[in-house]
Amino acid sequence: MRSTTAIFSTLLIASLFVYSGCGNGGNGSGAIGTSSAAEKVYVAPGEYDSYYEFFSGGFSGQVTVHGLPSGRLLKIIPVFSVDAETGYGFNEETKPMLMTTYGFIPWDDAHHPKLSQTNGVHDGKFLFINGNNTPRIARIDLRYFETTEIIQIPNSGGCHASPYPTQNTEYLVAATRFSVPTPQEDVPLDQESYKKNFKGTFTFITGGEEPGNMDIAFQILVPGYDYDKTHSGKGVSHGWSFFTSYNVEQANTLKEKNASQYDKDYIAAVNWKKAEEYIKQGKFHEWPSEYYHNYYDEKTQTATATKKKGVKVLIPSECPGIVYYLPTPKSPHGVDVDPTGKFIVGSGKLSADLTVHSFEKMLAAIEAENFDEVIDGIPVLNFDAIHAGTVSSGGLGPLHTEFDGRGHGYTSFFISSEVVKWSLDNFEVVDRIPAYYSIGHLSIPGGGSMKPWENGKYLIAMNKITKDRYLPTGPELAHSAQLYDISGDKMELLLDFPTMGEPHYAQGILASVIKDSQVKFYKLEENEHPHKALNENETRIERNGNEVHIYMTMIRSHFAPDNIEGIKVGDKVYFHVTNLEQDWDVPHGLAVMGARTSEILVMPGQTETLVWEPQAEGVYPFYCTDFCSALHQEMQGYVRVSPKNSNVKIKWSLDDEVHEL
Amino acid sequence: MKHLPKIIFLLAALSLLGMFIAPIWRISLLAPQYPQQLTMYIWINQITGDEAGTLQNINILNHYVGMKEINPDSIPELVYFPKIILGMAALGLVFALINNKKFWIAWVVILSILGILGIYDFYLWLYDYGHNLSPEAAIKVPGMAYQPPLIGTKMLLNFKASSWPHWGSAFIVTAMLGAAYAVYLKGKLKKQV
Ligand SMILES: [Cu+2]
Repeated sequence: MRSTTAIFSTLLIASLFVYSGCGNGGNGSGAIGTSSAAEKVYVAPGEYDSYYEFFSGGFSGQVTVHGLPSGRLLKIIPVFSVDAETGYGFNEETKPMLMTTYGFIPWDDAHHPKLSQTNGVHDGKFLFINGNNTPRIARIDLRYFETTEIIQIPNSGGCHASPYPTQNTEYLVAATRFSVPTPQEDVPLDQESYKKNFKGTFTFITGGEEPGNMDIAFQILVPGYDYDKTHSGKGVSHGWSFFTSYNVEQANTLKEKNASQYDKDYIAAVNWKKAEEYIKQGKFHEWPSEYYHNYYDEKTQTATATKKKGVKVLIPSECPGIVYYLPTPKSPHGVDVDPTGKFIVGSGKLSADLTVHSFEKMLAAIEAENFDEVIDGIPVLNFDAIHAGTVSSGGLGPLHTEFDGRGHGYTSFFISSEVVKWSLDNFEVVDRIPAYYSIGHLSIPGGGSMKPWENGKYLIAMNKITKDRYLPTGPELAHSAQLYDISGDKMELLLDFPTMGEPHYAQGILASVIKDSQVKFYKLEENEHPHKALNENETRIERNGNEVHIYMTMIRSHFAPDNIEGIKVGDKVYFHVTNLEQDWDVPHGLAVMGARTSEILVMPGQTETLVWEPQAEGVYPFYCTDFCSALHQEMQGYVRVSPKNSNVKIKWSLDDEVHEL
Repeated sequence: MKHLPKIIFLLAALSLLGMFIAPIWRISLLAPQYPQQLTMYIWINQITGDEAGTLQNINILNHYVGMKEINPDSIPELVYFPKIILGMAALGLVFALINNKKFWIAWVVILSILGILGIYDFYLWLYDYGHNLSPEAAIKVPGMAYQPPLIGTKMLLNFKASSWPHWGSAFIVTAMLGAAYAVYLKGKLKKQV
């Protein structure tokens, strides 16, 4: 009765928060001690931030990089969505990155940026991120801040619980968000059919440690629930991965009601070391599933899309000991593992409480076969046998937890719109602070790993609702994020800043770990692009039927060649353009009037290709799009396009250097 | 003791070879867009930059004001200066063996004249690069020349150009002073005898 009242009043307070905006928006209030907060986030002109923070763009499909503590936007990295600014997904070199078995897809929903790990610590080499809609995982190489690899995940309907690497990036993981007939087939949509035909998979992907070889190691076929979030074990729990599920009810419609009926759903605990043994023993089924592996080679500066076929599938009823279910109250969303690996924290998103399971107790319950039931070969462990404690938060709608490495968990509460700090010793709440508004994920740099940086100095809240936080900008608003100082006993709000797309999740790393390994430009002598031109003497034009290849160079402040004749209507013209600059931050761009594509933006020492199919005769200007120099406006040229059957010869020139085919 | 002047003269002559292990002059260009400076090193036998692309970057900037491209392959001094230095070192070796004060004085004088000629030649190159501008240059500032100082610092449009001797020069100075000291010591020893 008392708890019902507590929940009811919290709901009431939460709704006040959301709908009245607490009456303080637009006045910069919310921060305690504005001047000292300002000092803590002030990064003087020319000075650097102390952290890189990588935000997913959610439905923007990209990753944005902000500096902390200033919140300044440093870069947008295109990942799953085409990006006209950089030409990603438009130029010939990067189009293969977005190939799937469904064809070329220009978009996805990018959710969880996760840094690569060595011994459970972020090593600063790579950032991985999942594509939620058409299941994929991408790699961003942190020397280049570019997407260099994407692998598609077959036998999955939606990829949310991903990529959450294991302690040494042995595996990246993924789980089916929306169970589907697996393998796919045409079945009716009703509950009987759902229960009979729909399945989920847990996917383990190898090749994360080094670029170029990501592949599906194996998949585990599991009952058709919705699998929601994941974390891989660490320290004592290294060798296990955990996935939350909801819709154990197996509803196929109006899930907001029908998937919320049971008191408990499950966290699936997967013993992947055991799974490896079964793979070695050959106890898998070989399915002819198809998927794409796309890799951008920094040497050839070109991506290739490779269609692969065949995955190894393990079925729990045939492989005892690989999956167990941990009953967890109220549709758990986040599952988080503390820095020691001892505690598995489930956030029952429809409740007030967090459920903390003990890894040790879990092993003991498995040993004692303390099972409540067995579902499709998966034992359900007894709740009381594995339960370490419950955090009675006083909030509502817990989602995600990260850790400061000083014995505290910090949990986001979506409904009550707050961050709650609690003790890992006694599971008591020690502090709480509002978030503006309806926080989803939160991020403590290193707070999901074994070593939170600087003992957990900052926490970032990523919010789903913005309302009145900033100057209004029409119906669509940027999502808001808040930065808190969590180094003291009380959390302090320092900064509030808008973000790109939906900042679904973010991870941060101490700037010193990666800033000195940044590539400043591509070395011309290492350029292995098949269509490079390493100096102006190598520039030329080749005709091959109606395909015309222009090998062009750019250097301040001209293209070579810059006058081109002999192109005909119906030709497919490839501009292969090499930027001859060998200095940091001197990109040149190329845009052609009427070309049905984006510009290309070519970094020093790089070669990129723009394809143009002229539709009508005439003279077409092209120009450099990146303000490169004092004579940037003069960096331009012309292409003459003649009728289809004309006999104008291919001719190219720069100043008084004239060539003809 | 008797052999000391000869040994010093020999070492002085050999120290000329040090000019091959370090640049003799350093010219750097500082502008707001180039906070790390563009630095060019002039060696006895080559021209380098602090990065592989430095020379190209300097040439790109220079071409806007019509300066000639700095192309080490077209500078004959980079070929015959090393020969002269090697010749002087060899000559010094022979003179040390001859062990004659007059020869030594002659060597110091020749080296000094060569040194002065070298600096003058360097000045002429700087003058030529700075003044001999293409009439078709994109940026023409009336009355402006782009000759960097021989020694010191000077503003050239947006660039602060600094030019200073570098470690390689220390070897020719060491050679001259060392040889002169050997001459002095030889004279002093003779008086004592
Ligand atoms: Cu340009």
